[in-house]
Amino acid sequence: MMRAAAVTSARPAARLSPVRRVKNLLMGALILLATLLVVAPLILIFVYLLREGLGALNLDFFTRTPAPEGEAGGGLLNAIAGSLEMLAMASVIGVLVGVAGGIFLAEYPRHPLMPTVRMLSDVLAGIPAIVMGLVAYSLIVLRFGFSGLAGALALGFLMIPIVVRTTEEVLKLVPLSVREAGLSLGLPQWVVILNIVLPAAAGGIVTGVMLALARVAGEAAPLLFTAFGNSSVNLDPTRPMSALPLEIYRGATSAYDENQRLAKAGALLLITLIFLTSLLARRASRVKR
Amino acid sequence: MTPLLSTSDVNIFYGEKQAVRGVNLEVQRGSVNALIGPSGCGKTTFLRAINRMHDLTPGARVTGQILLDGEDVYGPDVDPVTMRRRVGMVFQKPNPFPTMSVFDNVVSGLKLAGVRDSRRLMDVAERSLRGAALWEEVKDRLRMPATGLSGGQQQRLCIARALAVEPEILLMDEPTSALDPASTARIEDLMTDLKKVTTIIIVTHNMHQAARVSDTTSFFLNGDLVEHGVTDQLFTSPRDGRTEAYVTGRFG
Amino acid sequence: MSEPAHRPTTRAALSSGSDRVFQVLILALASVIVLVFVLSVYQLGREAWPALHTFGWHFFTGRTWNPVEGKFGAASMIAGTLVTSLAALVISVPLAVASALFVAEYAPKWLANPVGYLIELLAAVPSVVYGLWALFVIAPVLGRWQTAYFLDPANVPTLTRCNQLWAEGQTSLQCFFVPSGAGGRGLALAVIILTVMILPYTASVARDVIRLVPADQREAMYALGATKWEVISRAILPYARAGILGGVILALGRALGETLAVAMVIGDSQEILKSLWGNASTVASVIANQFGDAQETLHRSSVVALGLSLFALSVIVNFAARLIIARLTPKGLQ
Repeated sequence: MMRAAAVTSARPAARLSPVRRVKNLLMGALILLATLLVVAPLILIFVYLLREGLGALNLDFFTRTPAPEGEAGGGLLNAIAGSLEMLAMASVIGVLVGVAGGIFLAEYPRHPLMPTVRMLSDVLAGIPAIVMGLVAYSLIVLRFGFSGLAGALALGFLMIPIVVRTTEEVLKLVPLSVREAGLSLGLPQWVVILNIVLPAAAGGIVTGVMLALARVAGEAAPLLFTAFGNSSVNLDPTRPMSALPLEIYRGATSAYDENQRLAKAGALLLITLIFLTSLLARRASRVKR
Repeated sequence: MTPLLSTSDVNIFYGEKQAVRGVNLEVQRGSVNALIGPSGCGKTTFLRAINRMHDLTPGARVTGQILLDGEDVYGPDVDPVTMRRRVGMVFQKPNPFPTMSVFDNVVSGLKLAGVRDSRRLMDVAERSLRGAALWEEVKDRLRMPATGLSGGQQQRLCIARALAVEPEILLMDEPTSALDPASTARIEDLMTDLKKVTTIIIVTHNMHQAARVSDTTSFFLNGDLVEHGVTDQLFTSPRDGRTEAYVTGRFG
Repeated sequence: MSEPAHRPTTRAALSSGSDRVFQVLILALASVIVLVFVLSVYQLGREAWPALHTFGWHFFTGRTWNPVEGKFGAASMIAGTLVTSLAALVISVPLAVASALFVAEYAPKWLANPVGYLIELLAAVPSVVYGLWALFVIAPVLGRWQTAYFLDPANVPTLTRCNQLWAEGQTSLQCFFVPSGAGGRGLALAVIILTVMILPYTASVARDVIRLVPADQREAMYALGATKWEVISRAILPYARAGILGGVILALGRALGETLAVAMVIGDSQEILKSLWGNASTVASVIANQFGDAQETLHRSSVVALGLSLFALSVIVNFAARLIIARLTPKGLQ
């Protein structure tokens, strides 16, 4: 009998002790609660902007410029046009340098400069956007004054590391044997890269570019001292330009109701476009896999 | 008749490690030549030296001489790209170009090198696909993605792609190792026909395949070319004890 | 007959003419990355030089930031940056890891994907939009609470004591948590909004590394009769901790450089911090709020010096992250 008792006690209890059971349930509940807390702001922000901003997203919003301070009406055509133009210019820098950087890292791994480029690309990814604004300021604005070009430069610099990283990653997903097949046909390496490897990775690269665009489209900090802002529509890249995030910033910190209303509508538009872009990018990358 | 390919004292290194030692080999025009041996014996390494694939491997180094039709493959004035054009290659796993159609895959070597004449491309595509015994199966879906073909069809497509640039010699690196028996048999049959238009060197781990398809066989062991000879002779009366041990299945 | 020539395969040997041209082109474009870095250091350094030269180390330790007197010491905003970032980090990490556990371990697939996606979208919300929301929605809530605190007679003694302390430029542990204004803006609001903003960075990294924990680690623990929580706390989290820490540091990097949302809500005061609820500033918020108005060379230079400090800080954080991840990653996980 003594012996039997010793054997049972050495074995773990057949049933879960109540303490462990309660702890397990409690932690599960806390984790669920924490998750709700994490996603709540997103939903609250979107609902708030829908309620406050949707009304102001009318035809005027897209076709007119802001009314003079304190007056009612007006729109953000200046900001929409400025954002589109600066993003287009930034994409030229971001895509050209980013894709080339990704090709360099993925296809020339033996090049002596490869580790440096990889490291600096990573470092650039962590540089705060406002600092890039200061850099573009001292590069361009100090010499030529505020301009859309300076803003686009700052945004382009911010895009580069994002595009580099995704490009490198998707290029590395293309099997080595595909490259070898191309080379064994007597094609030069650059033809293989541009005509065989790059098309195979195109979906992923497009995703990366879209994510980069979505990220910089919402940046106001680097535009504060570069594009500066402009209350009328300006398409000349050498002159000050407005952008949606800039107008949201100015409007949100303005004392006038009308400016605040435009800012909320602008925020709704911006956030919707950014969400749609991220959604499309995600879809594009999923289809590829 | 001078051999199409002749190598003298070919050594291949990966960094400090020597993978192939002093290989001397001659390959005649219009023949099928098998390289056999246990895995890691250097047969694939040797094969990839012939079209300078090692140029792309960090730390890899080739010494000695490889002559293709009398020209030094590694000669100082020889452009590796031009050299690879003369040497076709088929890989272990089918590797059609993923974004291209069947047709574009076949003519990719010509098209990407600048050939634009669509009449000529069509002719080449048909001839190459017929050469690879694939024409009848794909003639109605030349514009479909190549990745939609079965594994065996993809591998024959890769053969057609290599044939399209009319290589003087075709290197095949275990071309059937990823395929089912039926597809393997088709490709083995194909090799006998291909002898008429090109010369083949095939690496295989399958001795029966070597015996079935090749005219000459080279047995590699630990980086050395142990024995080279007419296939029947090598399998029935090998001169070297190690060859005999291998072909009779006593090791490997 | 012929000597076996020794032929190392150099790059010159492997590329044909057109390949060399392409490589030069790619290298030239990729070098822009190096160029951007070098130009950033050079331009920021040149512009920041007057301030750093004038104040030396006192630029970082000085407590006075007074454009009118031309005295610039960044201690208060450096403190503001560290306090807001670390506080946000402390609050956000448990929440982020919990949400990652939910997505990776608890939620069924049909729920895990949308929730994971929502968390990723949090990272896509622009800083200004967070700032706008904090200003219009959270600030009034905090403001109501502050007003209620002031109006409650029970708090009068504490408030009197703290007001005295604050007037002398001092504070105490208790007074640090006593509200000092009623607008809702200030350090506390900055911490709240920063917390929300950096959550997704830790969360998505944590989710990815938790998903990478090999199934046998879980199964081994389950086989011992462990509950789900025990599996998580004893098998999954220890295994994933290096990766999670990487995500935490990524979030720290974001928090340190986060600008507009913080600039909009923190109150832009360069006085030494006396209450959690008081106006304050961070390095980044001062750049955003003052650079446009900085006319004198020294003021402007001082703001750029702040930018240079942020630049250096983000480089340091980046390297620290690599080091920590390399050290802590279990063998086998590369």
